[in-house]
Amino acid sequence: MIKFEQVSKTYPGGHRALEKVTFQLANNELAFLTGHSGAGKSTLLKLISVMERPSAGHVYINGIDLNAINNRQIPFIRRDIGIIFQNHRLLERYNVFDNVALPLVIEGMHHKHIAKRVHAALDKVGLLDKVKCQPSTLSGGEQQRVGIARAIVNSPPLLLADEPTGNLDPELSMEILKLFEDFNRHGTAVLIATHDLGLIARMKYRSLTLNHGRLMQDPLAENRL
Amino acid sequence: MSLLFKSRDKQSNTQTKPRLLVVYFFMLTIIRQGIHSLGEMWRTPIASLMTILVLGLSLTLPATLYVVVKNVQQVSSGFNDAAEISLFVKEQMSEQQTQTLVKRLALYPEIESVSYISSAQALTEFKRVSGFGQALDYLESNPLPSVVLVTPTSRYRKPQAAQKLLDKLETEREVEFGKLDIEWLERLNALLSLLKESVFTVGLLLLIAVILIIGNTIRLSIMDKKEEIQVLKLVGATNTFIHTPFIWTGVWYGVIGGLVAFICVVLMLWWLESAVSMVAGVYQSSYILQGLNGQELMILLGLAVGLGFSGSFIAVAKYIKEIEPDRV
Repeated sequence: MIKFEQVSKTYPGGHRALEKVTFQLANNELAFLTGHSGAGKSTLLKLISVMERPSAGHVYINGIDLNAINNRQIPFIRRDIGIIFQNHRLLERYNVFDNVALPLVIEGMHHKHIAKRVHAALDKVGLLDKVKCQPSTLSGGEQQRVGIARAIVNSPPLLLADEPTGNLDPELSMEILKLFEDFNRHGTAVLIATHDLGLIARMKYRSLTLNHGRLMQDPLAENRL
Repeated sequence: MSLLFKSRDKQSNTQTKPRLLVVYFFMLTIIRQGIHSLGEMWRTPIASLMTILVLGLSLTLPATLYVVVKNVQQVSSGFNDAAEISLFVKEQMSEQQTQTLVKRLALYPEIESVSYISSAQALTEFKRVSGFGQALDYLESNPLPSVVLVTPTSRYRKPQAAQKLLDKLETEREVEFGKLDIEWLERLNALLSLLKESVFTVGLLLLIAVILIIGNTIRLSIMDKKEEIQVLKLVGATNTFIHTPFIWTGVWYGVIGGLVAFICVVLMLWWLESAVSMVAGVYQSSYILQGLNGQELMILLGLAVGLGFSGSFIAVAKYIKEIEPDRV
């Protein structure tokens, strides 16, 4: 699904965020991306969603080299990737339905289909009763789940999450992770960046650890690559 | 459309559709966004109203100047009636020959009326008007030529046409030379064209101001929605999708601002009407103030929409590019 080949990223000003990172994420795989803050987790996710371009090396998604993607094609790349943010990034001016429907509206989908899919997505995250609410009236965990519903509403084959449990208590975090597990079981590849090590420890998934931009040896990787 | 996962198109609803349907959905999205952005303006009524009024008044000024020019032109076209050609008859021509000239001229299609002043008549009149009186009696012969006064038909009263007619009349055998009193007409026309030029210049400046006002308003609204634009870019919105609502807003500002300008002009004319009829009454004429007709309204609206579009287009092209999701 995702393949990094000797990827380095140096920001203007000389900060080296990633250095020669090479790894592969299989289809239908769920993996964690960990490391201290500033280790390059966000940069790695940004390279996948083409918010940043690598300084050297290649990033492939489904065998397609992202370096070959021009700026006009970026939106279409992002439609295949569901992205979940720590601060969930909901639009305060719209209600839950409109927020979740956003990716579908962008694709120009018909009204009838939109309603059906939005309800299905909200049902999955257990917020069907909050369709008409404004995001500001929801709790932190609920807002995060709305963000997840928005990310999965067009059933993307790949899901990226940047500190999805950052602001939540352990119980809620577990709930959110269960959701990701569920999507993964239905065939979506999931990559979760987090520094919540306790969370990772409780679940038997592969974790990629970044340390100052370098990928640490990952014992589980051997038998997967 | 999926670039990364070719098989994905088939499982989702966005299957390969006929091209016409794609265009239809594209137009539908744009129209949907247009209605949506009108609704957005409605959400902030005071701010929208203020922008619209500024635009309306900025457009009212050139529109009013245009109406003024149009009316002055209308009035000045009435002045042209005074254009008159004086033909001086050669001295050696007999009374009879001059009379045939008058008859011949009367048959010209370009000429409305002809009147003849013999040299004797001219002298009598000159004596009476000039005040030289008996001093003129000492002259041995009458120095004044006979004059034929020609009034051209309305089509030939315009300066150029009258000049052409004069040239033609001067080729007549009996005519020594002709004189056309068009100097004041030319002055009037020069003044009119000066007025037109200045209206054009002032209008141009105001129209540029309108573009800048709309551009700035749209810029502020882009800054206001920075977060939203970032999210839209993150979930895969194309630039067209993000730009369209802002451009629509500019177009709506144009449409409504243009209508405001039209209403202002109509109200102003209505206000001035009684004053104008009073002035016209003093001059013993009945002048009706010319307003904007349907065609001119369409031009005004078209212009306003064009300005709204350009203003917002400039702002959108400049500022939305700068908003990228990674620069948080």
